[in-house]
Amino acid sequence: MKYMMLIGGNEDGWAHLSQEEQDALYGRIGAWWGEEVAAGRIVDGHQLQPAATATTVRLDREGRPTITDGPFIEGKEMVGGYAILDVADLDAALAVASSWPAPDVLEVRPIMERG
Amino acid sequence: MADRTLVDERLANVLRDERGRLTAALVRILGDWDVAEELVQDAAIAALEHWTTDGIPDNPGAWLMTAARRKAVDRLRRHARYRERMEQLTREASEMGSRIETGGPMGADDRLRLLFTCCHPALNREAQIALTLRTIGGLQTAEIARAFLVPDATIAQRLVRAKRKIRDARIPYRVPDGSELPARLGEVLAVLYLVFNEGYLASAGDRPERRELARDAEWLTSLLARLMPDEPEVLGLLALTRLHLARADARFAGDGSLILLPDQDRARWDHERIADGVALLERAERMGRPGSYQLQAAILAAHACAASWAETPWPAIVALYDTLMHSEPTPVVALNRALAVAERDGPSAALEALAPLADRLHGYHLYHAARAEMLRRLGRSDEARAADERALSLTDNPAERRLLEQRLSDANP
Repeated sequence: MKYMMLIGGNEDGWAHLSQEEQDALYGRIGAWWGEEVAAGRIVDGHQLQPAATATTVRLDREGRPTITDGPFIEGKEMVGGYAILDVADLDAALAVASSWPAPDVLEVRPIMERG
Repeated sequence: MADRTLVDERLANVLRDERGRLTAALVRILGDWDVAEELVQDAAIAALEHWTTDGIPDNPGAWLMTAARRKAVDRLRRHARYRERMEQLTREASEMGSRIETGGPMGADDRLRLLFTCCHPALNREAQIALTLRTIGGLQTAEIARAFLVPDATIAQRLVRAKRKIRDARIPYRVPDGSELPARLGEVLAVLYLVFNEGYLASAGDRPERRELARDAEWLTSLLARLMPDEPEVLGLLALTRLHLARADARFAGDGSLILLPDQDRARWDHERIADGVALLERAERMGRPGSYQLQAAILAAHACAASWAETPWPAIVALYDTLMHSEPTPVVALNRALAVAERDGPSAALEALAPLADRLHGYHLYHAARAEMLRRLGRSDEARAADERALSLTDNPAERRLLEQRLSDANP
């Protein structure tokens, strides 16, 4: 069963950390990611650039786009990356999310299977 | 031929005890909750026919399990989408067969798994409660709706959404192990505790208590205690429900008003239940893993074992609250502690203990009722009156309202 794991957090959440602390956190995430990929639980995923680089495209009924600056969900918590998980069930997916090595927020959602 | 009324009655009793186990077994076979419930219902209808004609079988639970399983297998054969499940079933068939024949504790595993699924943290609390009562407790949708004073459609929708999420997000059907277990068991206990409290002292509606609901919660907890006999907090919660229910008959006056602990006729308490609750608690405590349900039960036991209000061991009760505050530092626990402090150290000490709770409990009627009581004891009647009025404005429970109204009229003849 495949799940999308959205990795979010307060973008300022890491701001109070020193450069060394941030580097250490990135190091831990890198190592963790490597293990999850090696175990076959993460099949794809990326870190995203900050939400300030996002651009939103909204289409009306006639298909006309309106383009605006920023992510389409405004809030304190921003999506900072994602992973596609391939695991047995929700408990297994939640176990992966729960072992994420940084103080962030994660959303786990099943991917729609068409068949 | 068996008497139809007798069959009805027997079937209702068996279903009451076995519905959870039957549904659980079918969910495991089919992986589909709605179909499982439907087939259990079909099996019950078949039982009604067969038992009336052929007599009630020696082991009605096993009969129902065999019938329900047969229906599940038929369903699997007919529907292609169940085919892979069929293979799994074939593998488990011999094992399942021996379980059904004996009706032994192995079948109970399914029910335990189902209970953990119903109380999975990926479902919201309301859905957890509705699913648990429906699937394990065997309550009808309308009964759950009545118990929680919401429209039938609301409960029906909650159940549909929850089952859909279980299926679509693939919430597994298992008892969590190792490091997961404490938190997940905590979810299950929290659901049972909430159901119990709602039944024991209803927060809304025209009846002061819905004791059937409290008894349902007690029954579910005793089931859990049978399935997990080595979990002290399960026994603690069971002891808590027993000790509360032991006093249930003495809690209301003829006119429906609430009788508080100091004024209750202790001869009307059920002393057998109290002894049972105390024995459960002692069994839990011997396991050496204390917890908040055990502590709450210990406080209840201290009250239940006192021969009179005057002989209540207040220092011990305050000490138990102090310990409880470590694991559960909530304002409501602090409020109850303050009431015990009042008996040990007097009303001024209690008011001091209540003062820091003002911000967090200003919307809670029992906080104002407790303040009123302390102010009255100190002779500050105007302030007491204001606090009672505030309490009255914050509760809809009819028995509580009557008690508060009584106090207000006594204070101002």
